[in-house]
Amino acid sequence: MRNAIPVLTVVVAILGIWYLAVGPMNFRLALDAATRGGTEVTPASVAEQGETGLIRLMLDNPQVMPAAYAFERPRLPQPQHVVAEMYDSTFGLIRRCAWQGWSAESDNWTGLSDGCLRVVENRRSLIFHAWKTLAPTLLGFAIGTGLGILLAVGIVYNRAMDLSVMPWAIASQTIPILAIAPMIIVVMNAVGIQGLLPKSLISSYLSFFPVVVGMVKGLRSPGQMDLDLLHTYSASAPQQLWKLRLPSSLPYLFASLKIGVAAALVGTIVAELPTGARFGLGARLLSGSYYGQTVQIWAALLTAAICAALLVGTIGAMERRTLNRLGLAR
Amino acid sequence: MIKADKLNLVFQTSGGPIHALKDVDLEIGKGEFISFIGPSGCGKTTFLRCIAALEQPTGGSLTVNGMSADEARRNRAYGYVFQAAGLYPWRTIAGNIKLPLEIMGFDREEQERRVKNVLQLVDLEGFGSQHPWQLSGGMQQRASIARALAFDADILLMDEPFGALDEIVRDHLNEQLLKLWARTNKTIAFVTHSIPEAVYLSTKIVVMSPRPGRIADVIDSPLPTERPLDIRDTSAFLEVAHRVRDGLRAGHAYDD
Repeated sequence: MRNAIPVLTVVVAILGIWYLAVGPMNFRLALDAATRGGTEVTPASVAEQGETGLIRLMLDNPQVMPAAYAFERPRLPQPQHVVAEMYDSTFGLIRRCAWQGWSAESDNWTGLSDGCLRVVENRRSLIFHAWKTLAPTLLGFAIGTGLGILLAVGIVYNRAMDLSVMPWAIASQTIPILAIAPMIIVVMNAVGIQGLLPKSLISSYLSFFPVVVGMVKGLRSPGQMDLDLLHTYSASAPQQLWKLRLPSSLPYLFASLKIGVAAALVGTIVAELPTGARFGLGARLLSGSYYGQTVQIWAALLTAAICAALLVGTIGAMERRTLNRLGLAR
Repeated sequence: MIKADKLNLVFQTSGGPIHALKDVDLEIGKGEFISFIGPSGCGKTTFLRCIAALEQPTGGSLTVNGMSADEARRNRAYGYVFQAAGLYPWRTIAGNIKLPLEIMGFDREEQERRVKNVLQLVDLEGFGSQHPWQLSGGMQQRASIARALAFDADILLMDEPFGALDEIVRDHLNEQLLKLWARTNKTIAFVTHSIPEAVYLSTKIVVMSPRPGRIADVIDSPLPTERPLDIRDTSAFLEVAHRVRDGLRAGHAYDD
């Protein structure tokens, strides 16, 4: 409960700012419509309106403001409309499908479960699109984490890798992912790889980097005394890695994983954008912007944010459990 | 047991060479308790690290059990106790003591037997399943001594092991260490800053002085093997302490 109050305060503040911004953001559209609808406004001509500042327009035409909030295809939709859209394309859809199934079949229960199953494949379902994005995110995150840990171990134990890998890893992150994503998709398509893997590779491309940086720091965190102690036992390099460096690196690894998993989600969504993906949150964003469906865009964005929060939260819970068990939490 | 002959060690630093050890001649016999005392920079820790093959001497010869220091390390000739306990927080006390045993490839049963054995030696029975943070500083240091004893090395190298503890705990641990030494017949090399500690513990005290690090005096203690804590008020004890202080003064340890 103590944590809930600050979180709720921030949420309420964001909703408040959002709601206040809806009027000004949609005002010109509403004014335009009002002018063409014959309502008396100042200045009267659309050309003059274009040259007048937004604040001036709002002060001179307060009567248009309600229309700005009621606008049908707004530039910025109201928060409750976005939430309604999210509900409608998740639980609302489940309810409708379940009801359809219930009434369509003579055996009501079979119909109900069939209907529920159909939600998963329904193109309007945000759950469907979220899953299409989450699956490659998780696979890409796993690939990125594995690669990151391997590279970090290599950097710590091999002098050549220490000197050569890090600059490349940093360089890889300076390339805009938007530029490289279509190439990866096209190249992989050419060798016959489609589906989950190309998207996953792009998301792993973003998520391996924080893992490398954090793990190198973590693997190097044991002090000289800890290393000397193992040296007096004549421990081998794998023993040193397994018994000292890896356990010491866990707090660093978890910090990196939190950044990495969020980056992996961004990677997948970005991978969906320039490649004309038909399913996934990125595809929802894209089709929303094609058809001017801002509500749909915002709903997809919020869903992505919720997914990211859930992923980071899961890693956080794993972190607390693991570090507590290892006595590293304090 | 340990024999140093004209041992020299020069560190090359950006500020020029530093003569950490200069012409150190010393012989340590089996079963001795030998203390190294001197101000910072006198090379006492460096000498201990040479014995442990953690530093490479640049001149002279050093043999441990008749072997080179490096061979002796590979033959597990010694256990090393550092200034900090250095226990792994993710392992229990028993798990920490098992660390060298796992690395050296003892089987599971033998590990358990030895853990039980050394926990008894350092008076930590029943603490095996605790985590290090649940123990006081003195108990942690005892656990680290148990870890150094676990694989039955003949030599125990201790680098200011009680330096970070308060005096009451330190007195207690000194007493326990003497009992442990009497029971196990180890050869112990002990680095310290404290004159009473050195005199109380040792059969032989090596007084060292800095710039360059060298031996100023070697004192064979006339004190009996049986040493209760109040031996420190006897005149024999004070006499030895006085000689140590003289040795430090002669080595210009008190200058600047």
